[in-house]
Order: sequence, then C-alpha cells, then structure tokens
Amino acid sequence: MVAHLLRLKLTLLRNGLRRSRWQLVGIAIAGLYALGVVATLILALVLLRNASQEIAYTAVVLGGAAAVAGWGVVPLVASATDMTLDPARFTTFAIPMPQLLAGLALGGLIGIPGLATLLVALSTVVTWSRGVLPALSALLGACLGVLTCVVLAKVTTTATASLAASRRFKDTSSIAFMVPLVLLGPIVAAVGRGISASAAFLPDFARTLSWTPLGAPWALAGDVAAGRAGAAVLKLLVSLASLAALAWCWKLLLERALVTPPYAGGAKRKGSRLGLLGVLPATPAGAVMARSLIYWLRDPRYSGSLVVIPLLPVVLAFQGTQTGNYGSLALLAPLSAFILAWSISADVSYDNTAFALHLATGVSGVADRLGRALACMVFALPVVLVFAVGYAAFSHEWAALPGRLGLSLGILFTGLGLSSVVSARYTVTVPLPGDSPFKKPPGNVGQTLAVQFLGMAVLGVLVLPEAALLLAEALTGNALFGWLNLAAGSVLGLALFLAGVRLGGRWLDARGPDLLAQVSINR
Amino acid sequence: MTTPIPAQAPEAAPVAALSIRGLAKRFGGKIAVDGLSLEVPAGSFFGIVGPNGAGKTTTLSMATGLLRPDFGTALVHGVDVWQHPLQAKRLMGILPDGVRLFDRLTGEQLITYAGLLRGMERDVVSARARELLAAMDLTGDAGTLVVDYSAGMTKKIALVSAMIHAPRLLVLDEPFEAVDPVSAANIRSILDRYVASGGTVIVSSHVMDLVQRMCDHVAVVARGRLLAAGTVDQVRAGASLEDRFVQLVGGHTHTEGLEWLRTF
Repeated sequence: MVAHLLRLKLTLLRNGLRRSRWQLVGIAIAGLYALGVVATLILALVLLRNASQEIAYTAVVLGGAAAVAGWGVVPLVASATDMTLDPARFTTFAIPMPQLLAGLALGGLIGIPGLATLLVALSTVVTWSRGVLPALSALLGACLGVLTCVVLAKVTTTATASLAASRRFKDTSSIAFMVPLVLLGPIVAAVGRGISASAAFLPDFARTLSWTPLGAPWALAGDVAAGRAGAAVLKLLVSLASLAALAWCWKLLLERALVTPPYAGGAKRKGSRLGLLGVLPATPAGAVMARSLIYWLRDPRYSGSLVVIPLLPVVLAFQGTQTGNYGSLALLAPLSAFILAWSISADVSYDNTAFALHLATGVSGVADRLGRALACMVFALPVVLVFAVGYAAFSHEWAALPGRLGLSLGILFTGLGLSSVVSARYTVTVPLPGDSPFKKPPGNVGQTLAVQFLGMAVLGVLVLPEAALLLAEALTGNALFGWLNLAAGSVLGLALFLAGVRLGGRWLDARGPDLLAQVSINR
Repeated sequence: MTTPIPAQAPEAAPVAALSIRGLAKRFGGKIAVDGLSLEVPAGSFFGIVGPNGAGKTTTLSMATGLLRPDFGTALVHGVDVWQHPLQAKRLMGILPDGVRLFDRLTGEQLITYAGLLRGMERDVVSARARELLAAMDLTGDAGTLVVDYSAGMTKKIALVSAMIHAPRLLVLDEPFEAVDPVSAANIRSILDRYVASGGTVIVSSHVMDLVQRMCDHVAVVARGRLLAAGTVDQVRAGASLEDRFVQLVGGHTHTEGLEWLRTF
C-alpha cells in the first residue's frame, strides 16, 4: 500500500509535467535553483568536517533546527502548496491508517523541497565522519530529523486544513500572511544583526536547542563525537518521543479530517444592495470598473497585493535607518505606480473561466479594458500622488517634485496601458479564484516568466522619455526639465494609456475565445 | 408540455434560430466534434442528448462564440456567430457548462452585472433582476456572495444571468444539473412560456425522460457526430426516447459479465 501511494505521487508528478512543455521549463528552473542551494549547503557541510567540533556542532544543530521550523511554518504561510496527496481524496478508499500515514509521509519527501532536505541532511554524515560511531549516529539523526520535518509539515497542514475551511477565514488569513512576508527583509535583517552582535551566544543557543524536538536529532552525532554518550542517548529519546508525538497528533487530525468534510458556509443575506454596481455609470465599461473594484476589495488575490502598498514605506524606511540615508524613499511613488499598474496585467487569468460571461454578453474589448484599467487607477493615482508629495515634504526637495511626479505618472499611465495589452493577449499562471494567493496551480511557468520579464522590459523602453528627462534634470539642475517631465508623464503617459486600451480592446475582440480556451486549462 | 411546435411561428421566412454547419474541433489528437451540422427551427424547444464526452458542450460552445471552431460556421437567426460576434451575441442568452462565475459578487450583483455588460438601462436591469430572483426562489439569498451558494443555486443564478436581456435564443448547457425538483419545475414553466411566445430554447442533457417530456425537437449526438435529429416523435419512432437513444448510440453491450459484482 505504501508503495502504491508513492507510485501514485510519482505518476501524478509525471502526468502533471506531461500537460505542458513550459511547465517542464519551470520545474527545471526551480530544480536548478534548488540544486545550487543544495550544492552550496552540502559543500559547507563537507568543509565543516575539518572545523572544530564546537563550530560543526553549532552549525549543524542550528541549521537542522531551522529546517524543521521551516517545514513547520512554510506550509502554513503557503497554505497547502502541495496537495497532490490531499488526505481528503482518500476518504472513500478504506486504506488502513498506518499505511496511509507512512505513504503520505514518504510521499511528502518526493518533490524538490523533500529531496533537497534529504540530501543536505544526509551530508551531515560527511561532517561527522570522524569515526564510525559519530558517522552512524549522524545517519540516524539525519533520518529522524527529515522524518520530523515531513511529519511536522503534515501536522500543520492537516490542522490548518480543517481549521481554515471557512472562506472568510481563508480570505483574511491569506491577506494577514502577506504582512510578515513583505516585512521579511527588515525582520531577517533585525534578527541577523542581533545574532552577529552576540556571536558568542550561538553555541549556547545551539546547546539549548539540542534538547528540544527541533534540534535533538541533529545533535546526536556531535554528542557522540564529543564522547557525551549519556546526552546522546537522552537526545535520541527526545527525538523519538517527539516524532512519535507528532505522528500521533497527525493521526488524530487525519482521522478527524477524513470524516469531517470542509464546511464552507456563509451568512445568508437579503438583497437590494448593489454596492458599486449601483453607483458607477450604467455602461458596460462602468460595470466592468465596478466589478473590478469589488474584486480588489473582496478577492484576497487582489487585496493581498493592495496590502503590500502601505507596507512599502515601512520597508524602505527601515532600509533608511540601516544606512542613515533615506534617499530610497524617493522610489516609493514610481515603485508603487509600477506594482499597481502591472498588477492588472494578468486580469483575464485571474478571472479564469468567469471571463466567459464577458464573451457571452459580447461586451466590447475597449469597454472591458477601460473598466479594468480605470478601477486600478481609482486608487493607484491617489497612492502615487500621496507618495510623491509625501516624499517631497519629508525631504524638503520640493523643486524635484514635478520631475519625480512626472516619471511616476508616466509609469502608472504607461503601465496601465501596457497591462491592458498584455492581459488581452497572454495568460499567465495565477492562483485560481477562491484559492490562497500563494497557491499557484501547476502551469506554464515558463510562459509566465517570459511574459512578466518581457512586459517589464517593454515598459522600461516606453518610459525612457520620462527617465531621460529625470536624468537631464539631475545632471543640469535645470528645473525646466522637471516641469517638462511632468507634462511628458501626463500627456505621453495618457496617450500610451489610451493607445494600450484601444489595442488591447481590439486584440480582446479578436482573440477572446482563444483566451478563454487558455485559461480553461487551469480551472 | 408535449404540444409540438408553438402556434405563433415567426411570420417571416423560416430562418433557423440556430444553424450549425460542419462544425469541427480537435483537441490535440482527439477529435471532439467531427463535422456536425444541425438546424434548430425558430420557436422550438430543442434538446441535444448524447453520452458523456459526445461533444455536446464543445458543439454548443462553438455555436455560441465561446470556442473557436477548427472548421464550420454557426448562424443565429441568419447572423454568422464568428463573422459578426457582437450582433449574434445580442440575440443569444448562453448558460455555458463548467465555467466559473464572478462569484465574489452577490447573486443580485451578478445578474445586474450581466445586464449592464449588455448595455441595458439600470432601472430595467434591477426590475428584471428582482423578478428573476423571485421566480427562482433566490430572493432570500440575493445579497449572499455567489461563492457561498450551493451547486443548484449557482446553476439558477447563471441561468437567470443568461435571460436578463430577453434574447430570442437561449442556449442552455445542462440547465437542470443539481437543481432541485421544485426549481426545475419553475424553470421549465418559465421556458415553456418563453417558447410559447416565440422564443427558441436549446438544452443539452443526458436525462432522456426530461427531454422527452419537455422538448418538441431533439438531436442525438455521439462521438462528435449527429446520429439523428427531428421532432421528438420522429426520432423516437414509437419507442421511448431512452431506448431509441441507447439503440442509436450502441449501448447495452456490457450488461453481461460483471458476475463478481453479485458475489459480495
């Protein structure tokens, strides 16, 4: 049965790859990246063989503990990244629980993260090949450690899967998770600074961790090598006990999940509240704009990217406190203009097959494009203005405001125009409606990367006039260039915006059914 | 409901409500629809039946402008769907099968959206939306997000979104799937009245009984080809539609064997 489950996982992976050549490219890129990281880590572990026992011990225990913690937390954030062996799909098969657990646990190892962790963990055997006994205990520790990783991941995913069944919880949690993710840089920097300020503390920290379930399996070999046999035995017991406890938790959760289908209820509400659909002009473009705005607020895939915007100043200001130079805050306006304008470049992909309604009603392409772009503009324009003026007030560089504002507006308008064209022609792999914003379905990752990269390159070319004017202003110090830039950003940008809407609209009219066929691949 | 061909046929020359000519579609190596031609007379209640994977949905998608055919054309009241899509779509209301809805809208918002996209007046849209919601027994859930609807409610809200602009032709792919009997009866009486006043309805289904009772015309499709078409009485030729269907499609060959299923 265990072998069956493993074969099922492999078949699912292989069949997933067979669906598209582009997906193979995506997996290859991810694989190369993982290979680089894995190779670096293995090399480090091999080199640690010649380091002092203290250093090797500290590094292996801290690294191992971080890996276990990562396996526990990442699936939470990336809510159900890999559900190919979703336990709920086995409800109707009467698979004995022990076999199901073993099969699912080993199945969790198949895939890039699992294999990478396994390879790196096994390299600790080389680190501790300072004798037969340390090497053997490193092997045992590595196996225990990797199993702990996988089972912990299963516990967290199963627990949250049954907790987070309601749509409202899913919606809010996925947006809430966005916050620490955006602030990751500052958080990591702060933690890193704290650690480097107290490097002497690390060995102690590692020794403490080695008594916890996180670090115990990774400390076995080090203790054996140092001749602390008693400590090694105790830590073996700690890791075995924690693995058993985790497996037991998982079993309980799984048993509950198998008989409790996810409940997706919601409040019943009577109507007569049309919201924005009752406010904006009763034209096709107005309707599309209202619908888009409702989605920006209600769909976590959209609102997740809205949450990023107010966090941007926090991230950049933090960078400023690090270097004492707050110049990077000048990037706020153009950066948020770019992020927001580019965010609608996958609009049709986000609609998924709901786009069929636009096709069925025969709404004109221009109305569709214009509605979506205007919806984005409604809040993007104030954001850009506030950021640009805010920075000018903060830095007292009012003279530079027209030039910077010109560039930002140019990026916003041009970007919205370009996005209107791009999303009318290309589809990219995006999270499906109702899914977590972090959950990308398998799909043509290659085309997604190509579209994103080339699109940004084109945008770069299109805003060259504004960029050149900004450069000229910076070099000559002539404020005239700044005012010219403001004019160029608004006029040229709006011209490109309208051109983009028209071209995108024409393409959409011509290629609507083909777009629908493309988004139907993932539904 | 068994009355064939409504009394009020359009007075003009009998232009077919939907005329499918040699439609063909291939997905990779699989030919889904193989040169299918079909005439749906105006004012008829037309059923398309076929086994799973017969090409019903593919054919209807191509005929309504949702899926580009490899070959062939489709005309709605004489308007070529692929040459003049906007004009043709104004004449049609479409309920596609297996597509998502904009389900973060409330039910009422979704109907209103469908109406406004077609360029209708807001007052007209909201009046009709309220009537349609009442007819489908959805008034109590008008303000609920469609994502929280049950499967049957979702089907009903999609159905009324297809009707809001009073089209001359309704193309409904599996309209009764997951719909409870009471709502199904409501929908049928709405459709009957619509046909009686000169509209044309095309439904696809694999519930033979329903088609036999509800439709006046029927087409049998299998493996991407048209096997039979005409009035229900012509097609069933004395037998029940279900028996005739199985005979046409060539089923009933696998009921032997499977003895082990009775061994428990």
